[in-house]
Amino acid sequence: MNAQLLSADERRSLLDAETSGQFPDARGRFGPYGGRYVPETLIPALERLEAGMREHLHRADFQAELADQLSNWVGRPTALSYAPRLSAAWGAHVWFKREDLAHTGAHKINNALGQALLAQRLGAKRIVAETGAGQHGVASAAACARLGLPCIVYMGAIDMERQAPNVGRMRLMGAEVVPVTGGDQTLRAAIDEALRDWVSDPMGTFYLLGSAVGPHPYPYLVRELQAVIGREAREQFLKRHGGLPDAVFACVGGGSNSIGMFHAFIPDRGVEIIGIEAGGRGPKLGENAASLSYGHPGVLQGCYSLLLQDENGQIHETDSISAGLDYPGVGPEHALLHAAGRVHYESATDAEALDALQECSRLEGILPALETAHALHGAKRWAEKNQGRHALICMSGRGDKDMPTLQRTLLGDAK
Amino acid sequence: MKPRERLSAAIREAAARGEPALVAFLTAGFPSAAHFREHLLAVAAGADVVEIGVPFTDPMADGMTIQRSSQAALKQGVSLKWILAELGAMQRPAAPLVLMSYLNPLLQHGYARLAADAAAVGVCGFIVPDLPFDEGEELRAALAAQGVALIQMVTPVTTPTRMAEVCAASEGFVYAVTMTGITGRNVAVPDTVLEYLAQVKRVAKVPVCAGFGIRSREQVERLRGHVEGVIVGSALVEVLERGEDPTAWLRTLRGH
Repeated sequence: MNAQLLSADERRSLLDAETSGQFPDARGRFGPYGGRYVPETLIPALERLEAGMREHLHRADFQAELADQLSNWVGRPTALSYAPRLSAAWGAHVWFKREDLAHTGAHKINNALGQALLAQRLGAKRIVAETGAGQHGVASAAACARLGLPCIVYMGAIDMERQAPNVGRMRLMGAEVVPVTGGDQTLRAAIDEALRDWVSDPMGTFYLLGSAVGPHPYPYLVRELQAVIGREAREQFLKRHGGLPDAVFACVGGGSNSIGMFHAFIPDRGVEIIGIEAGGRGPKLGENAASLSYGHPGVLQGCYSLLLQDENGQIHETDSISAGLDYPGVGPEHALLHAAGRVHYESATDAEALDALQECSRLEGILPALETAHALHGAKRWAEKNQGRHALICMSGRGDKDMPTLQRTLLGDAK
Repeated sequence: MKPRERLSAAIREAAARGEPALVAFLTAGFPSAAHFREHLLAVAAGADVVEIGVPFTDPMADGMTIQRSSQAALKQGVSLKWILAELGAMQRPAAPLVLMSYLNPLLQHGYARLAADAAAVGVCGFIVPDLPFDEGEELRAALAAQGVALIQMVTPVTTPTRMAEVCAASEGFVYAVTMTGITGRNVAVPDTVLEYLAQVKRVAKVPVCAGFGIRSREQVERLRGHVEGVIVGSALVEVLERGEDPTAWLRTLRGH
């Protein structure tokens, strides 16, 4: 199914189904996207995860335990900050939902904690996770330490070198970090390797997947655990401003902070929703990681969605300055929101993200993650045509982890 | 005889001679795309069915050997189209051929075209490790139109109800995975695996072949009488990688 070929009626009915909570359907699909494309060995494990999730996730005692940990350990609700100097510079009112203030420095902890609590209830003996930039690995290591669960994190050998401080953080919190030397040695290879581990012990191991991707029920589970971002932000914004924002922004890699931010605003048809992908060095295959902007439908790592691939169906290598967005696929719910026309997806290049990071740091005293900086640039572009209106941006993470890259680029140490 | 029936028949005939049929796997174009035809014929000379691996960038069910062979083949430009063209241009072996591919390359080729192209070059069936039974309806129907099999996998953790469903839908043969895990690890065959294989045989309508981790004559002997065929993959790929004679190595598995 090609989203560009949908009629207005088809778009409307997909969006109505999404808004009324009909997705994922019984087959784990968001419209045409999603599903469960995994080796047969994993089917019983996914079925057990789904049954366990349905039993526990929305139960009062689970929600109470999650809420307690979120408020007393993670530090929720995170702040909603008005950005006065950026607002003056861009000519539109700029607001940040401060996920960078959550424990471990990014939104990833919302999902890691929730899944670790679920794993504990399901009697898991060990947790495996994958990580690209290291943020999900750190969040998983922290949540597992908090709950006393053994944690193994798969990380591409190249990423381990690029993100050495995060490797150290994971190890300090007791996680075993396993280098992945196969494949492209980055996030995609780390997911493949975590899946291989899980296939080897599908009954005792819990796979703590970090983004809204993968086989059903992960895209749904991750969205449910991240939706706290948008719920809080919407309520905080209404209280402070007395109305809704005109537009909501988030960066999109696999798409967990963005689906978490967007979900509460989907029924608010007057609110524009804009997702920003990694435009890398340019629009050609291999130069970016923008699967919604430039990809085609296909199956990767358990799910049917939009992918950066060649004409033979081989998955293509991607490029982005931001390791957290450097992934050739995207969550199936984003593919649906793209097809239905509810969310507008565009991209920001490496250079644009760096500029936005610099501007935000100087004017607001907030060093955003390189991932987040893509969303900032998207909002800046929007502000040019929407002077005086209100933009709400998901500040998905803080940029301390990016210092090695920033030393090489903005700070010019290489010169 | 339809291609999928030819596949079942070849396995049954071999099993009737008292030894499990040998289903032998090679990654297309590994170690060398230029010698693919030669390697395929050499493998076919020692096997009853040949499984040709279509390389994929993300082989999530495979161990290091097949990951390595897939990457090397991709580097030489091997693709599904190339494999179909090679098969179309060569003198094909008598042993039935099966293609093993992850789903995405098949999806991009288009299912109807895939079924026609595969049948035209003598492919009798497909094994798709990331296409579980529930998601396979569309591909199964497209292949069935050409008489080509969609071979389903069952594993030691498959529930009894599901096993019956999957086995009922499997064509050509049932691929009984002997262990939870990825391809290529050397494992003993414990009694519990034999009990599981007996369960599979009870509900299967087509021959049952056991695979994952089969590397030695001892394992084949242990499985004899419990399944109609055994599948050897990583160990054979390693034989080809070392430049040894695949026909001779396959003969050692047969015990003569």
